[in-house]
Parts: sequence; structure tokens; C-alpha cells
Amino acid sequence: MRSFGAITAALLVAGAVGATEIPQAERRSGYSFMKPDTRAIQDEDTANPGMLWVLDGEALWKRKSGATEKACADCHGDARTSMKGVAARYPAFDKATGRPIDLEQRINSCRSNHQQATPLPFESRELLALTAFVARQSQGVPIETGADPQLAPFIAKGRELYMQRQGQLNLGCTNCHDDNWDKRLAGSAITQGHPTGYPLYRLEWQSLGSLQRRLRACITGIRAQAYDYGAPELVELELYLMGRARGMALEAPAVRP
Amino acid sequence: MASALINVPAKAKRGDIIEIKTLMSHIMETGYRHTATGEVVPRDIITSFTCRFNGAEIFRADLFPAISANPFITFFTTVTQSGKFEFEWIGDKGFSETASASITVE
Ligand code: HEC
Ligand code: HEC
Repeated sequence: MRSFGAITAALLVAGAVGATEIPQAERRSGYSFMKPDTRAIQDEDTANPGMLWVLDGEALWKRKSGATEKACADCHGDARTSMKGVAARYPAFDKATGRPIDLEQRINSCRSNHQQATPLPFESRELLALTAFVARQSQGVPIETGADPQLAPFIAKGRELYMQRQGQLNLGCTNCHDDNWDKRLAGSAITQGHPTGYPLYRLEWQSLGSLQRRLRACITGIRAQAYDYGAPELVELELYLMGRARGMALEAPAVRP
Repeated sequence: MASALINVPAKAKRGDIIEIKTLMSHIMETGYRHTATGEVVPRDIITSFTCRFNGAEIFRADLFPAISANPFITFFTTVTQSGKFEFEWIGDKGFSETASASITVE
């Protein structure tokens, strides 16, 4: 884990001015901040390691599983049509729990309820593979998350978390991703923190990872206690970030340094 | 779950130089890492990659622990006839995977 300490002083001063939201026209995907060699890995399907998970996900999509002996494909058919645009609407409101759930949780609820199989652990190869395969069907589709009015209170909670200073470094997400996105933190571009490419392959991780993994890394970076995978706070943050990126095109599986 | 991504042009002119790109799913565990309780995580890497064209070996690489996960190996070759490229990855713990791709030379 790279240390965020070095720039704290500078950010605290910048942060005191107060967070400002990024105007619609100035929003940029994390992709646009990357070096040409990292972009080249993302651009070509046969060079993008994230596609290995997509391939695995395609195999899992067709595999019968659980007590019902049903495959995802038995109910949803060809993912290229049935899953197109789905990832662009998540997190979405779940009637059963009365809360927003993200794409991973949605897939796991199909596993429990419709396949009668055990839910897949967060960050497991299988859950990442299925999520990457489903998300891939929305490549290029503009994000629509947040349209459902039932989501409003949860978006508000996510926004509050995003704005709130926390951790030993006493920084909020907004202090980096709204106020200092055009600067660098040690070697890394800070970026505007748009969740357009998840799940994505991070060279540092040597693996695909979920948006929750990325958020936990940023929270640990400001030396705060990261929420557990699946925690309502993480889903609310995901929801706020997706709403903040509304209209931007999905690009999963992306590649980041 | 192991999968390979192969990029070989479907067609080429006789004598053309073509680029072949391969990506193999593998954790490439170095054998130098320890768990929280101090045990060594055993080495688990791909040790060898071979490409044959119509049965004859045209490219080989030995791999070592410093190579990142999901090794991406690309190389160039010239083609003089139509045929089949066969790729083979061999590694620790009995790892063995193959893939193939055909090319038409005009
Ligand atoms: C027995 C049928 C069945 C199986 C098997 C099944 N699903 Fe579903 N799935 C549904 C139904 C029905 C819905 C609509 C919501 C609900 O009632 O749960 C749904 C909803 C979804 C959604 C949300 C779609 C949207 O528009 O919001 C996703 C994503 C999804 N399933 C993925 C999967 C995956 C991945 C698998 C395999 C691991 C799977 N499903 C297996 C029946 C199934
Ligand atoms: C100290 C500055 C800092 C703070 C505070 C911070 N981040 Fe980040 N964040 C970064 C940096 C730097 C990166 C890029 C890291 C890299 O790719 O090497 C990043 C990456 C991200 C990304 C990935 C963007 C992409 O294109 O993949 C998201 C999403 C994100 N942060 C959200 C958050 C959220 C939510 C919070 C608050 C909980 C937060 N960050 C707090 C510095 C910060």
C-alpha cells in the first residue's frame, strides 16, 4: 500500500477552501489519466487480462449449479441481449431487503434464490468472473444508476460519506477526487474517481478486483477503518459514485496501474 | 479455471512478418512470499511456453518467478504456408495448458 501521507499537508489547505463538485462537461474517466502503455492493455481484448475473467464468467454462465441444477443461461438465455445495459443500472433497489444492492450482490441473490446454491465469497474468482462477464455486456452503455426514487435516501447517505473527512489523515473522498483530481499523489494520477471500469484489472493487484476493493483501498489509504465487503456503507458509496458518473460510458473490464 | 487469449491474424501474404500475442491465466506465485503465520507460500509458476507451427517448434520461452501474473507473451514470425500454431504452457503443480490457432497464407 502506497502511503498517502506525503501530500496530506497540501490537501488539508486545499480542502479548507471547501469541496466543489465537478461540472458535467469536465468529467473524465480514469482511463484518460493513464499512460499510453496502460491504455493499450485495456484497448485490446487479447492483451487485457480482465478478459480472462470474462471468459471464465462465460463458462460459469452456462454451468448448472445448486439444488435446482440450473445455469444462469437457463433463465437468462444469451447474456449479450439479456444482460446488455444491466450493469449500467446498478446498484439498484432490492425490494426483498428494502435497500440498494450492487451487481455482485444481485448475482449472489440469484445464486441463493434461483439456483439454491451457496453465495460466492466477495472477491472470489468465480464472483469476479460472473460480474465481469455481466458488466462486459454493458461496455459503452451510458450509466443510468439512481433513476429509481426509492434510492434517494441511500444516495444521500453515500454522498455524506463521500464528503465526510475521516481517518488519521482526516480527508474526505471529495478532497482528492473533486478538489485535486488534476494533481498527482506520489506517482499516481488522483483522477476524478469515476467507477466506470469495474470490475477492473489493477497491475498492482495482479488481478481483477471489485469497486468495493478499490474503495476499501482508498479508505485504508486515508488511515481509516475500511468497511467490510458487502457493508451498507460501501454499497451507498458505490451508488453515489455511479450516480455522480451518470451518462458516462461503462468500460469494464478496465485496466489501471 | 485456466483460460488463454490468443491473437493470430487469420490471413497473411506469403513471407509476411506477423505478430503473435498470447495471454495465459496464471497466478505466478513467486515462492518468496510468506503467510501471516510465517509459512512460505509454495512457488506456483509457469516454467515454459512453446509455440509450434505445423508440428515444428518456432518459439520457446522459459519463465521465472519475477514474471507477473497472467503472462502476456508476444513474438514475431514469418509465414510461408497455411497451417496451425499450437501453444503449450507448462508449470509447477502439473500445470499444462494448450491452445491453437490457424492461419491462411495466400
Ligand atoms: C431460476 C431462474 C434464474 C437463474 C438460474 C438465475 N437467475 Fe438471475 N434472475 C432471475 C429472475 C426471476 C430475476 C428478476 C429478479 C428476481 O426476481 O430475482 C433475475 C435477475 C437477475 C439480474 C438483474 C437483472 C436486472 O435487470 O436488474 C442479474 C444481473 C442476474 N439475474 C444474474 C444472474 C446470474 C449471473 C445467474 C447465474 C449465477 C443467474 N442470474 C441465475 C432468474 C434466474
Ligand atoms: C488522498 C487522496 C485520496 C482520497 C482521500 C481518496 N482517494 Fe480514491 N483514489 C486516489 C488515488 C491516488 C487513486 C488512483 C490510484 C491508482 O490507480 O494508482 C484513487 C482511485 C479511486 C477510484 C478508482 C477510479 C478508477 O478510475 O478506477 C475510485 C472509485 C475512488 N478512488 C474512490 C474514492 C472514494 C469513494 C474515497 C473516499 C472513501 C476516496 N477515493 C478517497 C486518492 C484518494
